[in-house]
Amino acid sequence: MSALKTLTNGFIKENPTLRLVLGTCPTLAVTTLASNGIGMGLATTAVLLGSNAAISLTRKVIPDKIRIPAYVTIIAGFVTIVQFLMKAYFPELDKALGIFIPLIVVNCIILARAEMFASKNSLLPSVLDAIGMGGGFTLALVAIGSLREFLGNGTIFGITVTAKLFDPAIIMILPPGGFLAFGIIIGLLNKFTAVKVTKAGCGSCDMKCGSCSGQKGVEA
Amino acid sequence: MTELIIIVMGAILVENFVLAQFLGICPFLGVSKKLSTALGMSGAVVFVMTIASAVTWLVNKYLLVGLGLGYLQTIAFILVIAALVQFVEIVLKKLIPPLYRSLGIYLPLITTNCAVLGVALINVKRDYDLLKSVLYSMGAGLGFTLALVLFAGVRERIEQCDIPESLKGLPISLIAAALVSVAFFGFQGLFSN
Repeated sequence: MSALKTLTNGFIKENPTLRLVLGTCPTLAVTTLASNGIGMGLATTAVLLGSNAAISLTRKVIPDKIRIPAYVTIIAGFVTIVQFLMKAYFPELDKALGIFIPLIVVNCIILARAEMFASKNSLLPSVLDAIGMGGGFTLALVAIGSLREFLGNGTIFGITVTAKLFDPAIIMILPPGGFLAFGIIIGLLNKFTAVKVTKAGCGSCDMKCGSCSGQKGVEA
Repeated sequence: MTELIIIVMGAILVENFVLAQFLGICPFLGVSKKLSTALGMSGAVVFVMTIASAVTWLVNKYLLVGLGLGYLQTIAFILVIAALVQFVEIVLKKLIPPLYRSLGIYLPLITTNCAVLGVALINVKRDYDLLKSVLYSMGAGLGFTLALVLFAGVRERIEQCDIPESLKGLPISLIAAALVSVAFFGFQGLFSN
């Protein structure tokens, strides 16, 4: 795969949020404001960059049998770094995102990219893949965040856009609105694009996270 | 006593992990197609969550805080959970084979279930003692079960409906989840404190 293809893959064709539907928890939880979406997206991208690079460099050293625990430890290390950087430099964002910053550890996008891409490719493609996937995630979060903020609060990035045209539907920035906005955006995307994603889930669940692939007991 | 009941009921209904706090959405969408798998997954989650919260509480109090290693919290918790899941798997396989056969395939997936790590982090954040942590986690697990089982019922009905092509699969499930979430919103303010 050419470098450009690797980079753009995550943005459109295999957008981790809208196409593969991975990392749904932060997607729904933090998108009450568009700015939270950017913060979460960039934090995740930073972790993904670090973990993809580190896993790609160590892919020949890590024994196959313990690779999942090894990946999780590497990812947790980068999450801790990001966590402290955010506490120091963006305390307000850190407060808004709350426990979803440490929970980046269990964001399946990161483990899925480690398992499916970084463990099989050299450094440069892995870094490009991280930028693409992280960028795609950020883009999706900002899109969902903007929609919810617009409908639920009448603003986008804190700027009033409706100017009292309609009363904001507060439900959109409450939990039910998250499910609704996410479902409708995926539905619209399915309607207007013809790209089909192949199913890659395992027996016990049909999410395409890849976190279970290769783990024993899941072949059923 | 009242406080403890409020913690459990609050975790099940008011702060429902799936529908109000968005934790554990992946299994919620992934295994809710059939009631039987939903029950299997929920059983495994309640089991692991309760044990994990007790272990992470002890690790946090005596290892991390005791030795001044608070900055290792995220790494320590996820490793404890991953090890615990493996341990539970081995013990169940050896001691209670029937239970292992029904829960076994869901156990590896739980390591990456953010609800388990989430509940451990919330316990620390709220400064719960050991009893409260365990009760809160159990409530959270039961809330997860309630959401998953209710939603599995909804999805089994959706399967038989004629829905637009582009909404088939996940989109319609998410929209249905929004409605279930609205229903749970009614519990908001059940306990005034």
